[in-house]
Amino acid sequence: MNFLYAAYTATWVIHIVYLGTLLQRYRHLRSEIEELKRK
Amino acid sequence: MKRVFPILAVLTAALLSYAVYEGLIAAPTDQLQGDVYRIIYYHVPSAWTAFLLFVINFVASVQYLARANPRADRLADRIVIAIGVAVCVSTFLVPLPKGIHPSSVATTGIAMAALYFLIKKCFSRQQVDVLAVVGAEVGVVFCTVVLVTGPLWARPVWGIWWAPGDIRLTSTLVLWLIYVSYLMLRRFSSSGQTAVLAAALAIFGALDVPLVYFSIWFFRTQHPQPVIGGGGSIDPRMLHVLLINWLAFLCFAALICWSRFRLEVLQRELEEAHALQALAGPRSSR
Amino acid sequence: MSRPSGVAGATLAKDLRLEWRSKDALNSMLFFSLLVVVVFSFSFDPIAEESRRIAGGLIWVAFLFAAVVALNQTWARELRNQVLDAYRVSPAAPNSLFLAKALGNFVFVTVLETLMTPLFIVFYQLRSLGPAWQLIPIAVLGTWALVVNGTFFAAISLRTRSREIMLPLLLFPISIPAILAMVNGTAAVLTGEFSARFWIALLACYDVVFTTACLLLFETVLQAE
Repeated sequence: MNFLYAAYTATWVIHIVYLGTLLQRYRHLRSEIEELKRK
Repeated sequence: MKRVFPILAVLTAALLSYAVYEGLIAAPTDQLQGDVYRIIYYHVPSAWTAFLLFVINFVASVQYLARANPRADRLADRIVIAIGVAVCVSTFLVPLPKGIHPSSVATTGIAMAALYFLIKKCFSRQQVDVLAVVGAEVGVVFCTVVLVTGPLWARPVWGIWWAPGDIRLTSTLVLWLIYVSYLMLRRFSSSGQTAVLAAALAIFGALDVPLVYFSIWFFRTQHPQPVIGGGGSIDPRMLHVLLINWLAFLCFAALICWSRFRLEVLQRELEEAHALQALAGPRSSR
Repeated sequence: MSRPSGVAGATLAKDLRLEWRSKDALNSMLFFSLLVVVVFSFSFDPIAEESRRIAGGLIWVAFLFAAVVALNQTWARELRNQVLDAYRVSPAAPNSLFLAKALGNFVFVTVLETLMTPLFIVFYQLRSLGPAWQLIPIAVLGTWALVVNGTFFAAISLRTRSREIMLPLLLFPISIPAILAMVNGTAAVLTGEFSARFWIALLACYDVVFTTACLLLFETVLQAE
């Protein structure tokens, strides 16, 4: 049973980590765009 | 466009929640494996989604190379149609292995040809390259899920974490390795040539897949291994829940792909802007 | 102009001649292979029964690493003297260049294998229980499988940062069916427990598929800009 919960948790952890990296990249891009606009 | 995304996100979340409920609570308990078998509702849909994304990457890669010039483009179109027709016709002429319906083979052939032309219609050549990256990256994420949930399912049920001869899990591992190497190539190559080189690698990867499958299959006949994931027929109620989970994950994957696509397009526009600015020179940025 | 086989032959002859004169790559590959054999002999205790079963794997892993050393320097000489740009603008078919490079690498790696095999036989007291002649098609087809893809990926890695590490990263996953076939085929012949015929057939199939793919796509990769 523990394996069942571990599997479901692992799945969502992997997805959330990936979405987190996407968000981080997006924020980084946004700040670069702001910098470019200011120049 | 921007308002559609949150609505779809909410719908997908609802669908995923419903799918989890069905998987964990509503679905019947397996006689042999107990409740642990419910991992299947995450393991199998993730695998199907990953394969679909890799197919999209393959089609996009072929198309990127084909659309380099009009002649190659027309030739590729004709070849795709020819393959689609050949696959459909072959289902009547060639005896298929047990367990594979002629209708599913024919549908796959038609679906892949249709996918090729759909992508061609909806995406420009540059966008096709972005689609290839997105397919590979999100595919690797779902493939990781498959490779993590697989051993977590195997351990309680079959007593071992991994069997080298298990054809499905090992082929998935090799597929994962090939696509991780694809992503590394993308990261490490200089930007002018990335798309072409990566497309060539994707084609090699696709050619490799059947060879991987057969080599592991033969390895297994010489070295008998426990069969993880079992064959056999599936309870129709379980199949129903499985399909619901697959639909939910497909919607989820579509949303992730859409976000990743927009991110990549934004990144490329930014790089172009940087390049233009560098060309214009530091003093002329009035 | 010159026939494709003429160009390929000339390039191959040039490469072999250059290598024979300097013996750069051959010496480093040889020493590297010897080191690998010795290290493996310390890591895996070669008792006669066990050794036959694992020898296939050990030998091919050693050959694989030695081949990577050889493949990494495939295009280095061309890059140093801007020969690749000359090839791009010349009317010579790119495939001739590819074939010449691949054949040159094949010769190097085969020489290496010929020199390393006696060492392995000595260190692991190997004796073949199955039909030993089958080891020859396995070696030939297997080496070509590594070399043809390796030469192609070496050309791809040229345009990347971390060129030397990129080649094995790209080559190993794609080569897994071939490696499986080589290792199991060799084990089958040495132990005599199974038939190696299917593995030989798989290697032949792999070679045909990927040689075709390399020849078709090499021009695209060479011209990638």
